[in-house]
Formats: sequence, C-alpha cells, structure tokens
Amino acid sequence: MDLNMNADSKFILAAEGLTVSFDGFKAVDDLSLYIEKNEVRAVIGPNGAGKTTVLDLISGRTRASEGEVNFKGQDLIGMREHEIVRLGVGRKFQTPSVYESLTVEENLVMSYPKGRTVFGAWLFRKNGEVRDKVAATAEVIHLQDKLHDSAETLSHGEKQWLEIGMLLIQDCELMMLDEPVAGMSVSERERTAELINRISEGRALLVVEHDMEFVKRIAHRVTVLHQGKWLAEGKMEAVQQDPKVIEVYLGH
Amino acid sequence: MTENRVGSDRATAELTAPPGDQARRRELRNFIILAAVLLVVFPLTMGTFRLNLVGKYLTYAFVSVGLVVCWGHGGILSLGQGVFFGLGGYCMAMFLKLEASDPVSTKIQSTPGIPDFMDWNQLTALPRLWIPFKSLFFTMVAVPAIPALLALVIGTAMFKRRVGGVYFAIITQAIAAILSILIIGQQGYTGGVNGITDLKTLHGWDIQSDKAKLILYFVNAALLLAAVFASRRMLASKLGRLLLALRDKEERVRFSGYDVANLKTFSFVYAAVLAALGGAMFTLQVGFMSPSFVGIVPSIEMVISAAVGGRDSLLGAVYGTLVVNFGKTFFSERFPQLWLFLIGALFIAVVMVFPNGLAGMRLGEVKERLRKLKQRFDHSDVVGGAAAAESSAAALSPAAIRTGRTS
Repeated sequence: MDLNMNADSKFILAAEGLTVSFDGFKAVDDLSLYIEKNEVRAVIGPNGAGKTTVLDLISGRTRASEGEVNFKGQDLIGMREHEIVRLGVGRKFQTPSVYESLTVEENLVMSYPKGRTVFGAWLFRKNGEVRDKVAATAEVIHLQDKLHDSAETLSHGEKQWLEIGMLLIQDCELMMLDEPVAGMSVSERERTAELINRISEGRALLVVEHDMEFVKRIAHRVTVLHQGKWLAEGKMEAVQQDPKVIEVYLGH
Repeated sequence: MTENRVGSDRATAELTAPPGDQARRRELRNFIILAAVLLVVFPLTMGTFRLNLVGKYLTYAFVSVGLVVCWGHGGILSLGQGVFFGLGGYCMAMFLKLEASDPVSTKIQSTPGIPDFMDWNQLTALPRLWIPFKSLFFTMVAVPAIPALLALVIGTAMFKRRVGGVYFAIITQAIAAILSILIIGQQGYTGGVNGITDLKTLHGWDIQSDKAKLILYFVNAALLLAAVFASRRMLASKLGRLLLALRDKEERVRFSGYDVANLKTFSFVYAAVLAALGGAMFTLQVGFMSPSFVGIVPSIEMVISAAVGGRDSLLGAVYGTLVVNFGKTFFSERFPQLWLFLIGALFIAVVMVFPNGLAGMRLGEVKERLRKLKQRFDHSDVVGGAAAAESSAAALSPAAIRTGRTS
C-alpha cells in the first residue's frame, strides 16, 4: 500500500516498519498498519501475537526499536505518553482502569481535556460546559443514572464502559481499546458492540479483541497478527477464509 | 425522582469540593476545634515553657501536613523531609546569627563581625554564601525558595525517569544523610555538629523574652492553621483529586493526558515548602538550628507522626505530631534508652490496628469494635473461659479477667 502521509491524507494513523525487540525477542516485527479516518479496525491473533504491544508502541508506552508512527501528519516516535494523548490518541487498558475511589462523574471530569497542567488543575472549575459534556457522555455509556455512584460499586462491564466514556470525553480522534469485552456477559457484549458502533462516528477505532463474533459486529477491517508479524488484512469474512489464518488459529 | 435530581444537582455543584454539605460542615467544625485548641486552650492552660514546647512541636506539624499532601494523597513517601525542615531552619538561623554577630558584641574575636564559630575555625572573612543572609527580605524569600528549588531538582530528576516508591524513599533518605554529614563536616561554614546557636534578636526584636515567645507561638499557630486551610483547598480542587488518582491508578492518569512527573514533583515541592516554613519557625522559637533536625532519624520521626495522625488527614497530622512529640518528651525523660523502641512499636501498632491513624478512628468504629468484643465476652461467659482465651485482645478487659479468675 503506497502512502503519502500528510495532514489531509485519508489515513489518520500510519505505522510503518514497526519493530520492537525485548532482549532479542521480536515482539513486533516489521509491522505496518494504516488506519483510515472513521474506520473501526480490529487487530486479532493468537496469544502472544503482539497485539497489545502494538498499542503500547503507538501510545508511546513502549519505545519502538525501528519504524515510524504517524498520526495526522505528526511523528509520534519519541513523544511521551501524555503528549500523544493530548494530540488525540486515547487508550483503554485490558483490565478496566478507572478511579475506584471516585464517583462516575468525577472519573469523567478527571478525563475532561481542560486543566491538564499542575496549575491549570488547581484553578480548574467545573462550569456548565463541563457538566453538559459529562451528562452527555454518561448518557452514551448508559451510566446516566449512576453518576454519583462510586466507581468501585460498578459491575465489570460498567467499568469498561466508564473507561470508554473517559476516552470519549477526552475528545480523542483515535481510540484504542484493548479487549473491551473481556469478561463481559453476552448481553453486555451486545451493548458494547452497539456502543462502539455509535461512537465510531467522527473518530477511528483500533480494537484488540479475541471474541470473533464481537469483532464481526464492529470491525470494518481486520488485521491478523502472528508472532509479531502481519499475517493478513481485510474484511472479517475474507480473513476467516484465509488459509494462513486458519493455519495459525487451528494448526500446530 | 425529582427530589433525587435536586439532591444530585447539589452534589454536582460540589464536585471540586469535598462531597456533600454535611461532610463539609463536619470538616469546618473540626478545623474550628483545632483552631480553638491551638489559639485558646493551649495558651490558657500552659505556662510559657510548656507553650514554647508545644510551639516547637507545631513546627514539626508543618512537615506532617506536607507529608499528608505528598505521601497520603500523592503516594510519594519521602524519608528526607528533615532536609527541607533543616534548610528552612538554617536560612533563618543564618540571618539571626549575622544579626547577633555585630562587630560590637563580637569585638573579643580575632575577626570581629563574623559568627563566633567561624572565628573559632580560623575564618577571617564572612563566606560569600552568607552575605545575602544579611537581608531579612532575602531570608524570607530564601526560606521557602531554596528548599523548593532543591525539591524541584530532585523531583524532576527522579520522576521524569519514573523513579518512585521504595527507590524514591531510599534516595530521599540518602539525601538527608548526605546533607547532615555535609553540615557537620563544614564546621567553619555551618557551625558543625553544634549547629547555629545563640540567636537573640530578629531585626532588633528580642526573641528570647517571654512576650516574644508568646507572640511567636501565635504567629506559628496561625501560620500552621493557614497552611492546613490552604492545603485543604488545594486537595479539594481537581489537582488534589488528581494526586489521589495518581496514587491509585498512575497509568490511567498518564493516559488521560497528564504529565505525571509534573504532578508528583509539585506535591513533593509543596511538602518541601511547608517543611521549610516549619524549620524557620522552629529556629525562631527555639533559638537554634542544628544538624540533628536534618538527618535520617528526625526525617523518619516526621513520617511516623504523619502516620499516627492518619496519613490522609490534614488535621490528623497536627494531632498526630502533638501526640508523638508529647510522648517523646515524656518517655525520653524517663526511659531515654527505650524511646526509639517505643516509637517503633507505636508505628507498627498504628499501621496494623489503625492504618488510617488517629483520624481514621471514627467514634462509631471504635464503638463497633467494643461492641464486638463485648459480644465475645458475653458469649464466652456462656461457653466458658476457653473462648476468651482465644482472643488476645479479650484478655485485656475486666470481663476477661473475671472469666480468667473463675476458670
């Protein structure tokens, strides 16, 4: 895929030749990934394929040994995590990561993209704009009735939604979700799929997931990784028919 | 439903403040009680000597309040707060010492006009480092600024490299050791192990007189209350919430777009400035400053004070410091060798039984514990002595002694 990366390219994210090795073991090996604006992309692959590491590399949590990551025309390599977040790249962790000692509302306010410096946060006041945004976000993630509940009282699924809400209020243009439905019940999975379809408007999503049914419901395109390498890419139906993919999932 | 809405709207408005009117009122009440204790009860019930002693303890309370912010909320344990307490205290002491060393009163020295210990160490001129401390204005800026600068450098160097937790604590402890060794070693410049002594006047005002001591006590207490109040406000802001969030979920804070290193550095600098204010007030009230307030042991005692009071309670920190230091004075007079063991035991007891310190001992909770104990005894009265013997705590109560006797 040839690509001319600039701000008005049709891709919001382009990663090229990404490689990272830990003590000689290549967790991700020469991977290239192009994500279009408004695209929902799923990354699948067997355990140890390097899916989470890809998210780590894009979000700056792990430094790439080689390769480039370009987001809206800006080179992300070498930037620190919070700088990448401020550019518009949000990230949800595998296990729900919310502030348990705070209420749902406070969790959302903490993620509101104002008052991010030390003194900015000191002087931050919650005005009507913030309140509206919090209310609107809570509505989207089905937690409007639990705004004042402490986050630790939420169910596992609700915590996952809350974390997605925290990314929403952050106004990220690329949202990266690491196994958003892990540990969820069937009905929670349904609602999460609906949620993702709803929030994908106006932003790109990069979702790492094991659950194939769920991936089928949300992803426009699927990238398959195997042992850190790019294996296949395309529509879910096409990928599922791919002999190479069948081999890694069923082979050995 | 409508009622619920109204209630929740109010809670919404108070988000950046502590939740709920009731909690706020309780906090205000507790703050007023503390103010009354410090400004009315102590001065009315104590003589100048005792009051001056309390004043000294209250200067340590500045350190504890700082630790509540940086350790209790930010999760950063510093075992080197003595460094900042000492730096603040030494800045003040340098100014006072220069004032006490005018050429007239030091005319018997071989070099009149320099502090006596410099003369004893064969210094013939005032070291350049000391010259700015001739100015009261410079000193008042230096007291918070020099420790803040040092904390900023340490914090930035450590936190940008993601050094935290135990490693950070060890490094701060090492810095405390280094600074106290440095002060002791550079006798001609610092007064060495004796410290800077014989401080008499502040801008011509005799600080040794009973009246001055009383005034300084009130200044100190008011400053401490102001520090507690300001810290309360800061912790109630989004910044304070972020510090708490940082303690529990650092990675999430980072991935919400915050520079975690800056937040941590801030809380460390904040604690350092408070410690320095305490140090300066210590020098003023006690009349000297020495390396024994800088090193490892005092730094750890300050952490214990904060833990005893309750590491996330600002008011608890003040009470905890008073309790620990009264205890220290009482026990170290009677059993000087035992004091360190006692304070160690106190620390362990607090952490194991009341991890939230004095502030965590809610009346209801204590009652609940007593009720449970009582239930056990009642139960054991029926079953016999065996059940009472099971519980070591039970052995302490009269009921248990009674059962013990009968069995």
